[in-house]
Amino acid sequence: MSAHYGIYGGQYVSETLMAPLRELEAAYLEAKAAPKFLEEYDYLLKHYVGRESPLYFARRLSEHLGGARILLKREDLNHTGAHKVNNTIGQALLARRMGKKRLIAETGAGMHGVATATVAALLGMPCEVYMGAIDVARQAPNVERMQMLGATVHAVAEGSATLKDAMNEAIRDWTANCDDTFYVIGTVAGPHPYPMMVRDFQSVIGKEARRQCLAEYGRLPDMAIACVGGGSNAMGLFAGFLDDVNVKLVGVEAGGKGLETGEHAASINGGRVGVLHGSKTYLLQTPSGQVIDTYSVSAGLDYPGVGPEHAYLADTGRAEYAVVNDDGAIAAFDALCRFEGIIPALESSHALAEAIKRAPQLPKDAIIVVNLSGRGDKDMHSVKAYKEGSFKA
Amino acid sequence: MNRIARKFADCRARGKAAFVAYLTMGAPTLDESLAAASTLVAEGADILELGIPFSDPVADGPVIRKAALKALANGVTLGDVLLRIPALRAAHPEIPMIVFSYYNVILAYGLERFAADAAQAGVDGVLVVDVPFEEREELLEVLLPRGLVLVPLAAPNTPVERARSMCQGVGESFLYAVTVKGTTGQRAELPSELTGRLEELKRAVELPVVAGFGIRTPEQGAVIGGHCDGFVIGSALVERFCGA
Repeated sequence: MSAHYGIYGGQYVSETLMAPLRELEAAYLEAKAAPKFLEEYDYLLKHYVGRESPLYFARRLSEHLGGARILLKREDLNHTGAHKVNNTIGQALLARRMGKKRLIAETGAGMHGVATATVAALLGMPCEVYMGAIDVARQAPNVERMQMLGATVHAVAEGSATLKDAMNEAIRDWTANCDDTFYVIGTVAGPHPYPMMVRDFQSVIGKEARRQCLAEYGRLPDMAIACVGGGSNAMGLFAGFLDDVNVKLVGVEAGGKGLETGEHAASINGGRVGVLHGSKTYLLQTPSGQVIDTYSVSAGLDYPGVGPEHAYLADTGRAEYAVVNDDGAIAAFDALCRFEGIIPALESSHALAEAIKRAPQLPKDAIIVVNLSGRGDKDMHSVKAYKEGSFKA
Repeated sequence: MNRIARKFADCRARGKAAFVAYLTMGAPTLDESLAAASTLVAEGADILELGIPFSDPVADGPVIRKAALKALANGVTLGDVLLRIPALRAAHPEIPMIVFSYYNVILAYGLERFAADAAQAGVDGVLVVDVPFEEREELLEVLLPRGLVLVPLAAPNTPVERARSMCQGVGESFLYAVTVKGTTGQRAELPSELTGRLEELKRAVELPVVAGFGIRTPEQGAVIGGHCDGFVIGSALVERFCGA
């Protein structure tokens, strides 16, 4: 099993984590070929998460734009409100199968933390979530949700006190407690086998979307668009179409206040190759190799790295990576609210903005699938603050 | 024989374990951390590990993290440290000096350029905490031709066979045996199975074995050093010399 995607990926970790990573890879490869494991995973996706999620034709929005038909993959309708739970169920079942006693996770906006706390409760396992102190303050409702579900939330005050620092602390915890602890990583980053495993668990998004599109429209989409922070919802969508070379894959990075301002989270478009959190990938960093603080109106895209497979897809040209700034995401957020009665997550609004830009350039029979990766209830406060000019990341 | 091998031979001849001293460069200031390095050599340190600050030090405990943040706040870079090493080398011609870093800092500097400049400055070896055996090839390719060695790390859960493999092809280096699972820093107690583990590693590998993580004093180090070839003191020195 290759740990790399071209020059990207790998296992850039302390030696102490190499044995746990080998154990994890072996356990995962065994589990994903085990009918009992897959049956339970599928059962929970269906009856607990509520899959499959609809592929919804956003008719009013599409007609307003006057171009391609926009189909929304409704991951926002999943239990817990985002795609994250597809992955946490898989990893938590694997943790139990491996005999691990304790789950830990990092979280940025809190969605992955909530999804991990949820499955920890479901399986009766103790759960501790690391979250940057700044995120704890700006995403308070998700902190309360995690606590309600029985998880312990550790506020990480170090560094930029956001997602990357939370991940640092989770890695330290895992290094000290790897014998009995399973680290549930929330995105397609981290050391091998995480990028592969998280993609596989999220690939249900792309597989369903492909099948649904064929069944309903008799053809594949022309384009599949998803937002990219670490990149798990995008990798999940892309996974269904990687071999369909005529389906254009578009990842959308958070441009924040604009690439030229330096205040953004666009690792592929604005970063250089480096190593963080166990993998080699595009990284936002200073000339001397210090990781820099990112900015986006959307907390879930606020990560200085990106999954290594995205770095590889960018270099090979199989996927292209666009940038949408805060203002574009907010406009798309509003558009979906008003045209479709759907309040999208600000993360997903970046993908929507790109679709809104591209749809008019395509013929009316073209199809764009957008991954609506999460719902926007959590973002009410941010959107309001942004519009009032008082938003602070 | 390089400086490292000469030093271990010398320590062996004197019947003592090598005292490896770690300092974070740039804290509280670059000048003071370099002066502390000289002080430590005068006080009997046998090998210097010069820690390069990184924004995301996942392998480090609170003390070294705090020092690294201080150094970064001072704007100290790998390049700054390399520029100052020739003076340290001139003052201490025989002391082995190891650059202790995270990989991204070296990648950003440029692998080839780093190897050339480090060798030119008088560095003897490089320890990169987040480059395990599987990922080290591109690093070895630039270090070895310049006469720089790579210092491999064995963790408590590293199989002996793997430790043996990681000690091959790294030059006249030493094996850094991590004493505990977790991050750098002081602990109330070291694990009871440590001495047996160190002796097991010592039998298995051809390089000298040095124990590190959680050792506070030269006296404690000497006890541990009785079961291997040397010991590292890091956080305790950083606390004393690199405090803000």
